[in-house]
Amino acid sequence: MSYTNPTTTPRKSSKFDDYTLSEIRRAAATGLYDIRGAGAKRKVPSLDDLLFLGASMSRYPLEGYREKCGTGVVLGDRFSKKPLELKIPITIAGMSFGSLSGNAKEALGRGATLAGTSTTTGDGGMTPEERGHSQLLVYQYLPSRYGMNPDDLRKADAIEIVVGQGAKPGGGGMLLGQKISSRVAEMRNLPEGIDQRSACRHPDWTGPDDLAIKIVELREITDWQKPIYIKVGGARPYYDTALAVKAGADVVVLDGMEGGTAATQEVFIEHVGQPTLACIRPAVDALQELGMHRKVKLVLSGGIRNGADVAKALALGADAVSIGSAALVAIGDNDPKWEAEYKAIGSTAGAYDDWHEGNDPAGISTQDPERAARLDPVAAGRRLANYLKVMTLEAQTIARACGKSHVHNLEPEDLVALSVEAAAMARVPLAGTDWIPGRSQA
Amino acid sequence: MGCFDLQQNTLRDLNAELHRQGDLLRDGGKADTEWEVLNPRGSHAVAVGVDGPLQITVCGSVGYYCGGMNQKGEIRIEGSAGPGVGENMMSGSIRVTGDASQYAGATGRGGLLVIEGNASSRCGISSKGINIVVRGNVGHMSAFMAQSGNLVVLGDAGDALGDSIYEARLFVRGQVKSLGADCIKKEMREEHLRLLSDLLKAAEVTDVRPEEFTRYGSARELYHFDVDRADAY
Repeated sequence: MSYTNPTTTPRKSSKFDDYTLSEIRRAAATGLYDIRGAGAKRKVPSLDDLLFLGASMSRYPLEGYREKCGTGVVLGDRFSKKPLELKIPITIAGMSFGSLSGNAKEALGRGATLAGTSTTTGDGGMTPEERGHSQLLVYQYLPSRYGMNPDDLRKADAIEIVVGQGAKPGGGGMLLGQKISSRVAEMRNLPEGIDQRSACRHPDWTGPDDLAIKIVELREITDWQKPIYIKVGGARPYYDTALAVKAGADVVVLDGMEGGTAATQEVFIEHVGQPTLACIRPAVDALQELGMHRKVKLVLSGGIRNGADVAKALALGADAVSIGSAALVAIGDNDPKWEAEYKAIGSTAGAYDDWHEGNDPAGISTQDPERAARLDPVAAGRRLANYLKVMTLEAQTIARACGKSHVHNLEPEDLVALSVEAAAMARVPLAGTDWIPGRSQA
Repeated sequence: MGCFDLQQNTLRDLNAELHRQGDLLRDGGKADTEWEVLNPRGSHAVAVGVDGPLQITVCGSVGYYCGGMNQKGEIRIEGSAGPGVGENMMSGSIRVTGDASQYAGATGRGGLLVIEGNASSRCGISSKGINIVVRGNVGHMSAFMAQSGNLVVLGDAGDALGDSIYEARLFVRGQVKSLGADCIKKEMREEHLRLLSDLLKAAEVTDVRPEEFTRYGSARELYHFDVDRADAY
């Protein structure tokens, strides 16, 4: 009698999963690293791993819709003569004209203005459209200095010196040839259609001592009117925050690895920098040790999606948050209504991230006039305003439930963590225990 | 002529006054267009953000970013300049009678920067239209990622001149220690000789001839990424 070995179910490797295999094949076929937009897609400990406790016998809540819960925040009141007064603690992060269409930039400006907050330029300079449609506009001062000029500097409401961003701390910008239209090329003073790589390091300063002098120069040029922000990627948040304070910043913008980019190497997005959750407490430590917490303002970004994320970031010590990817979704990015077109370019709604290719069916990350015209900036602006208001209402709902009359009164004591990792990073107790890993005994 | 003594007045007072004079000119008012700055003693950010045809003489050496983002001003530094002199200048002119430190004329978009002595490393880095004339030598990585404009060096250039250069034109009279990625020696055609002659004239350099220079610029081979050229970086 012969023996037949029973067949087993084919088993794929968790190490060599379908994505990994496809990436090896793609690299072998092209000799190029994979470039894409958006932020880290891998699962990392996040604000989702935290929960609010809410009210109880010892904490009483505020009445929803009746008892006031403030949401305003002032950014830039350390040194500047004209700080920004925002109605909500959520700002729109830097995104360039070039990476985004003119209509998309206009929609961001309209939405932010309706909601009472600021928007931010990006690599490539300031367009008249975004200045016109943004009541409060933060002008980024980047290593490339594309489009940088003193007239726009003076037109801005604040200046954000970009040292790094969460998606690629230590990396420069990248805008591939297909998006370098004649207008983008002119703004950046480059030949049309070439691959444009922005420098990763500022051309005229290195280190915090130089930066302090650079900040004095920018303040002198603008007669000390404009708040100066320093944006850093989530690399060494404790030291970067301390050094930003020392260099004379009004605001520190701290961007974790979930923060998006218009285009960079996949390996950079997924393997460099720390999760947003891991960045907050070290930055707040630095501010508190220097006696500057709530004086030099901390704006946290990188994967903020809803009012719960906002409330948790503020509870851990941030003064405001900033959104980029979520704002793009609000105005129409990755909308399933374009599914047929996403499929035609080898993607699917919800996963489309080839923003650098300029073929965005939603008309957002493109310079193609036909595609860009698909986005109605007025309607999209309204959608963004709605979304910002919902996030704010959600944060207020949580704050009231914790008995807070202002979202800034939320505190770490209002939180517990669902995992040991999140408890260690956020320095709040693991749920059901009084254990903060690294801080107290189990 | 207005006079500002930085031993007696603050930097803020100086720059505010220069900005006020620019505002007066733009509003059609009467302004003091000639200024002398005494005792700079290495101060940073002297005469930054000037926006108007003011003639400013700085009597002594300055620190970082003197003349930063200058528009239309004619600034003369009688001494040496620290890092980033004339950074991102838009128009007008800056003349340094001594030497200049790193990143002279960084990201400059227009105007003329003349350095009568030597310039350190990264002179003309990321330039976007500025004209720079250096009587002496320039240090390493000069004209790094230079996008447009002209860099004229009467002396020698250090290592990696014009690394990752875009469309800027480089003219060097002396030796070049090495060229950076994608920077090559180029033919000096008639139009370049005319351009160089104009630049030397504007810089008031009369003792050298355009024919003594060699032109360098972009090979344009790295404008689109090609894996087979990856070792160029």
